Amino acid sequence: MNARPEAIGEDVRTGRGGRAQPGGGGVHRLTAHARAANGLRPDLALIADWIEPGSRVLDLGCGDGELLDFLQREKRCHGYGVEIDDTQVLACARRGVDVIQQNIEAGLGMFAGTRFDVVVLSMAIQATHRTERVLREMSQVGREGIVSFPNFGHWYHAWSILKGRMPVSREMPYQWYDTPNLHLSTLRDFEDFLAHLGLAVRARTCLADGRPVRLLPALRSTQAIYRFGVPGPAEPAADRGRLERGVA
Amino acid sequence: MAASVGVVTPQRQHFEQPLTLDSGASIGGYELVYETYGRLNAARDNAVLICHALNASHHVAGVAAGDPDNVGWWDNMIGPGKPVDTDRFFVVGVNNLGSCFGSTGPMSTHPASGRPYGPDFPVVTVEDWVRAQARLADTLGIGRFAAVMGGSLGGMQALAWSTLFPQRLAHCVAIATAPKLSAQNIAFNEVARRAIITDPDFHGGRFYERGVVPARGLQVARMIGHITYLSDDVMAERFGRTLRRHARDTALRSDYQFTFDVEFEIESYLRYQGEKFSGYFDANTYLLITRALDYFDPARAQGGDLARALAPSRCEFLLAAFTTDWRFSPERSREIVTALVENRRRVTYAEIDAPHGHDAFLLDDARYHALVAAYFERIAAGLAP
Repeated sequence: MNARPEAIGEDVRTGRGGRAQPGGGGVHRLTAHARAANGLRPDLALIADWIEPGSRVLDLGCGDGELLDFLQREKRCHGYGVEIDDTQVLACARRGVDVIQQNIEAGLGMFAGTRFDVVVLSMAIQATHRTERVLREMSQVGREGIVSFPNFGHWYHAWSILKGRMPVSREMPYQWYDTPNLHLSTLRDFEDFLAHLGLAVRARTCLADGRPVRLLPALRSTQAIYRFGVPGPAEPAADRGRLERGVA
Repeated sequence: MAASVGVVTPQRQHFEQPLTLDSGASIGGYELVYETYGRLNAARDNAVLICHALNASHHVAGVAAGDPDNVGWWDNMIGPGKPVDTDRFFVVGVNNLGSCFGSTGPMSTHPASGRPYGPDFPVVTVEDWVRAQARLADTLGIGRFAAVMGGSLGGMQALAWSTLFPQRLAHCVAIATAPKLSAQNIAFNEVARRAIITDPDFHGGRFYERGVVPARGLQVARMIGHITYLSDDVMAERFGRTLRRHARDTALRSDYQFTFDVEFEIESYLRYQGEKFSGYFDANTYLLITRALDYFDPARAQGGDLARALAPSRCEFLLAAFTTDWRFSPERSREIVTALVENRRRVTYAEIDAPHGHDAFLLDDARYHALVAAYFERIAAGLAP
């Protein structure tokens, strides 16, 4: 397995590194070499693949605007990033990404008067206080939601706890006393949560060190990315049984 | 490196054709005083209009010719290598109609009577100013501004530009502004106006002919204004409860005087600001400009629907507000952003954590200036090559 805690020493802060605040996006680190072919952070590359050209996108906790910048240039998308951190807001402005400086926990009322094709929350959900409210609001302002988060169910975390230590990993490089992460979950937890919210999973990809994991993703992936929406008439809300089969 | 635009000389433009005002009145034969910095490029697409707030003028940047202490009011923002870079942009500062820095206003001679307009100067609105500014743009050969920019009341003008002349600006930069004043804000303005109007030297606005100035009223007006432009924190930090030093009895300087004379540093500061202001600002202009502030409410004609009011806009927007600004609070800017998002306009909004209250928009805050600089990079990128 590659996600050894020893690897943390090599980590560099990506543009999304920084403040331990929900919506600040800065709650994880990734290695500098872990980049997709299009130059994007791997989870953002996958998210970008899922987004149709010309979409209206709202990127919550957009960090330095990497995803929106790419979507604007390569896919003729438009929309806004929401970010609370001053440095990140400036980085967005420098790359010509429209950013609105706000704490996503304060609510998405600013966006209530319009609809987005996609609302993205990448690697920030675990740091939100009112996670349920954030997800509900996402599904209200967007036709679809995309969420990526660190998989707490990764085998190393269990191993670490068995050894008597709180897990510290590449995706969660914090000590227990200074972590911004409040609401960590496993894949099954997250799928239950979507079902509880009446949302249907449209796609899921699991990554370990930026590479897709197909075998035993619940244990082997360090990051999960879900695409979901309000189910259509013929579409069931998150079907736990079906997904469990896929996971196990 | 950031530098000054250097010594600048104001210019004036006469307009013979009467301008019909929102009040129904019209004003003819008026003049606007303005300054320009930088060069209008061949494509004529690099012009930036700077709109001033209550007590400022066309003198936005540089040093006034013959008056080396008179530095433009937004000199830290505008100049070579500054956020609004005059090496790239042609910047226009204009004194608004009704103001007292050279453009036609209450102190000007009324052509019909041969005496100063005084209280007969028509009440002007933010929209009237914008229409007058557009006429000035015509004479300067500017069909479309790269940006119209302003803070506070100046931001209201920038906002009005976006809907009155949607094709004539590419970007609207509105700092520390509001879509309308709150009742509390109007209340402050009214106290200031009453202070002026009830000053015995006001003479119903005809004080010029009597050779007096309602200085006391202007001083009180300015003191009130100043309190609202600062945050509680910055006042506490700068003045606290520090007592004014009385040179004549240094032995007692840390003790109370038991009089109603200036006792605390904050009193001294406010009185100084008031006196300075009453020495250069016109009382009738103060009434006019605060009224223009009160009246500004573009949503009013749309039943209070700001999104509908901003629907005609076509430009892109930068809005910024300061966390400690309670006179034009971030909440007011967020209302504008919300309405722009509803209209699917391109908008960037920054909430700058600065301690200085409303005054912050005039101060040199690194995060604020970096943001404006970044946004003007984007504007520059959109200019003809």
